[in-house]
Amino acid sequence: MSTSTKQPTNLEEFLEGIWRQNPVFVMVLGMCPTLAVTVSGFNALGMGLATVFVLVCSCTLISLLRKLIPKEVRIATYIVIIATFVTLVDYIIQAVSLRLYEALGAFIQLIVVNCIILGRAEAHAAKHPLLPAVLNALGMGIGFTLGLLALGSVREILGVGKLFGISLFGEHFQPWVVMVLVLPPGGFFVLGGWLLLFAWLAKRKHPHPIPEGEGATAPLRVIAEKGAQHGK
Amino acid sequence: MESETLGQIFIITVLSSNFVLAMFLGLCPFLGVSARLETAVPMGIATSFVMLVASLCSYALNVLLTHFGLEFLRLIAYIVVIASAVQLVEMVLKKFSPALFRALGIYLPLITTNCAILGVALFQTARGYNLGQSLAFSLGGGMGFALALVLMAGVRERMQLSNVPSVMQGTALALMLAGLLSLAFMGFGGVGVSR
Repeated sequence: MSTSTKQPTNLEEFLEGIWRQNPVFVMVLGMCPTLAVTVSGFNALGMGLATVFVLVCSCTLISLLRKLIPKEVRIATYIVIIATFVTLVDYIIQAVSLRLYEALGAFIQLIVVNCIILGRAEAHAAKHPLLPAVLNALGMGIGFTLGLLALGSVREILGVGKLFGISLFGEHFQPWVVMVLVLPPGGFFVLGGWLLLFAWLAKRKHPHPIPEGEGATAPLRVIAEKGAQHGK
Repeated sequence: MESETLGQIFIITVLSSNFVLAMFLGLCPFLGVSARLETAVPMGIATSFVMLVASLCSYALNVLLTHFGLEFLRLIAYIVVIASAVQLVEMVLKKFSPALFRALGIYLPLITTNCAILGVALFQTARGYNLGQSLAFSLGGGMGFALALVLMAGVRERMQLSNVPSVMQGTALALMLAGLLSLAFMGFGGVGVSR
């Protein structure tokens, strides 16, 4: 996805996912877990860390194996590698915190189809040596976690007046009219609001419009197109 | 869960716990493909079909895996089955209905990474549905997905004619619209639940 012609440094690889290509706010990828589990800061953090683990581990393995994996079956290989680590993380969470496990439910296993991971595997780890691939994956993972936290804390503060389960406004807090924030529609509204904020900031900085096709599924579509070509 | 009839499961999955708008499954295609009605309809149909096939396959697979005590392989097995099912649907369509195949184009392989499909397989396992219930669940899920997609496409087509502030255009607007739709679907809460 990076269009720069010169080789980016390791620091840039790391920072790319946190700010310039933030998976939640810029690329708008992996939204199913983003919206579904971010009813509280605690859930968001748990989900973010699980995703970081899977992302870093699978990108490490894919980067190491990138010369061995045949082009034709690479997507299937990536998926199996990712699914292995997700199974691992599923059992780890079950062992470490049953509360988190119950809160996240099937969404831990749904990390498999999180587009960020497959997108990173295809677009970055498969083409780069170990160190940049791991750094990039780590940066992306941290960026994703920050995005989840941003969503989760807003929804928890405005929805139930708490942050990480600690009451912020004392006894007299009346749950907002927008109680819906902890319900499904709130997820859409809060993410929409954040995107709006970023779009507004970007517009103030560069007063020309963002190019078309950079939205939700652009990177995914590239993967699909490549996959279709190789499948024939 | 035993007491739920097939009809209840179907209605609940289509309306009150709609896959897209209440459970946040399959959001990427929902936002990506819903810009125009003519792509939304075939995408909804194709996804429903794959969902049904995947649900059947994963039900059979789960019986097999439980029999051999290999539950930890469930996730890997499911994802491989879904990827193969998508490939199969693609080949069948290409052979028997090339026109539809061309119309769907790149959206078919995209279905593999649709979390709604894996979601169906995982939720039906987690809730311990039997074969009939699984079928009703996946059919409802597919219909609900198609319904949400078509509604959203209709709204977004309208939006193109209206004067939207330039900051708002794109994903932010789509998310706000999805939020409104989701709010509307919350009105179905309680439908199909027997008291």
